[in-house]
Amino acid sequence: MTDTVKKTDTPPALDDSAAPAPVTDPRLLVREQGFRGYVTEFKRKVRGGELGSIPVVLGLILIAVIFQSQDSSFLSPDNLSNIGIYIAGPGIMAVGVVFVLLLGEIDLSVGSVAGVGAAVWAVLSTVHGIDDGVAVLCAVAAGAAIGTVHGFFFAKVGVPAFVVTLAGFLGWSGLQIWLMGSEGTINTPRGSLVEQLTNFFFDDIAAAYGLALVAVLGYLASMLLDSRRRREASLPYRPLSEVALRTGLLALVAFTAAYQLNQARGLPLALVIFLAVLVIADFVSRRTSYGRQIFACGGSTEAARRAGINVERVRITVFMIAGTLAVVGGLFIASQSGGATKSLGAGNVLMNVIAAAVIGGTSLFGGRGKIWSALLGMLVIQSIMQGLNLLGMASEIQYMITGAVLLAAVVLDSVSRRTQKTAGRA
Amino acid sequence: MSAAPVLALRGVSKRFGAVQALTDVDLEIRAGEVVALVGDNGAGKSTLVKTVAGVHPIDDGTVEWKGRPVEINRPHDAQDLGIATVYQDLALCDNLDVVANLFLGRELRRGGVIDEVAMEKRAKELLDTLSIRIPSVRIPIASLSGGQRQVVAIARALIGEPEVVILDEPTAALGVEQTAQVLDLVERLRERGLGVILISHNMADVKAVADTVAVLRLGRNNGVFPVKETSHEEIIAAITGATDNAVTRRQQRTAEAAS
Repeated sequence: MTDTVKKTDTPPALDDSAAPAPVTDPRLLVREQGFRGYVTEFKRKVRGGELGSIPVVLGLILIAVIFQSQDSSFLSPDNLSNIGIYIAGPGIMAVGVVFVLLLGEIDLSVGSVAGVGAAVWAVLSTVHGIDDGVAVLCAVAAGAAIGTVHGFFFAKVGVPAFVVTLAGFLGWSGLQIWLMGSEGTINTPRGSLVEQLTNFFFDDIAAAYGLALVAVLGYLASMLLDSRRRREASLPYRPLSEVALRTGLLALVAFTAAYQLNQARGLPLALVIFLAVLVIADFVSRRTSYGRQIFACGGSTEAARRAGINVERVRITVFMIAGTLAVVGGLFIASQSGGATKSLGAGNVLMNVIAAAVIGGTSLFGGRGKIWSALLGMLVIQSIMQGLNLLGMASEIQYMITGAVLLAAVVLDSVSRRTQKTAGRA
Repeated sequence: MSAAPVLALRGVSKRFGAVQALTDVDLEIRAGEVVALVGDNGAGKSTLVKTVAGVHPIDDGTVEWKGRPVEINRPHDAQDLGIATVYQDLALCDNLDVVANLFLGRELRRGGVIDEVAMEKRAKELLDTLSIRIPSVRIPIASLSGGQRQVVAIARALIGEPEVVILDEPTAALGVEQTAQVLDLVERLRERGLGVILISHNMADVKAVADTVAVLRLGRNNGVFPVKETSHEEIIAAITGATDNAVTRRQQRTAEAAS
């Protein structure tokens, strides 16, 4: 029996085989080679409460089945394409929120920061006639500055992030209304950069398929390279069967999505940018020292500080990232709704964004989560909203259902965490 | 023992509000020497260690590194000098795996990207040479037992190739075999020419591995003794302050003259 989980909190028994070479402890988990090992490992993880993305994926399938049975246009290419575009703005904001949640903090201001960003861009480019690109850069810089202010008060002054960003939530909403001034709404000019964000499509079918192919090949190559390096270093590596299975699943999803998008209007620019943000953020969080520092600060601030990590710098920069991405998301929302308004980013945008991160599987308690939860969670929320819209449900029902889904996700998180604790894996 | 100390504290004082935690403390550590730092609870052992490690900057006095006065204001300063510390409350990140914890704050990189393969390989080699057995180097610290966490914490101190290692109560939570392993490890550090500060309440451990015993009492020096020529009772007396008399003072003077 090499695969059973045994309690590890008993002191190791005296080892009478005092061989000079490292002896394999019989209680260690040794993974069987090959595909069988992968399956048993997977089963063990699920039993131990490490559900990963399984609940979200099951939830998405459930949502698709329910709405498709009610209205056959739910899975139509047009609707799927719309979902792909609508998730971009809030999704990018959710990436910023995931960073903050990894730190074990929360940012309640992302909605109003998005509104301020859209207002800055709209006022600069239409009222003052500043070049479109420069106006966008100014808006993004404003988001970074706002995030830095939040980070400063949190990290240096020591005000809880909850309070700082709650104050920001009110304050920046006020700034947004003041900036918009007498204009109730500033429409996005035709052909402007921001207008293009959600209205530009790569309509050549090669674009969507090409992107899918690049993604699949890139994923495959990185896994194969990693496996080879690990094998050369005689470390445990992914068996070829697992690589093939993972790549196959990704290819299935990527090419189905590409096919559906091509059936509609082609590959949306919004989705491309969102995916790029996801890939970069995922890379930063998992493969750089900076990302490791974020996880460390979220796990144990004291341990991080003693390891020589500049905790204050990490905190300030994380809030800066959240502010920056909030503005980028805000510009997408402005593009999608046709302009900047006094109420852009108000209402349920904030809750949807935070809910997306949590539904996707990022813990509210810090240190545990993945950037991709922004995508998965946003897909769940947007699918529900889109489905309810198709069924002609009023927005009050949408609020209630989204709230229930959020609660279900958090309950699942708590329960699976308790299971993990008893299985000695949390 | 005639070599110049690697690390020397001279007249170090530290105050927390109304509490004078350390007053005029001197301490010297030479390469290849194990100095046991002993004292009752609240004697200032942990505070002293934290001043050297850069967690609490000192208020008064000087810290000398290889004869040169240095300022240690941040944990980074201590690390850069070559001082590694293993705290009593381990200071590991529960959510990160063993490899990530071992290299936290000094990840190996390849072209700016964390080199997980090299880190895992080095972690395995290190744990093997220390005969440390844990279920996997890729499981989160949260799933390890207290003893396993202790050995990971000690292994972590050695990753950065330090010259002075400070161990704060390293054997307090360990079983019989693991205690022996840690003591072996301390001796191996000495053989490699590192200076070790060992904080311990366990006199058996102190007598087993230390060369010198420095006693703290109520935040002040209360004698530095060579272990071989000092009896258990004398050390206990210095810790409790029970026999602060001419005999102990004389022994202390001769001990200092000899060192």
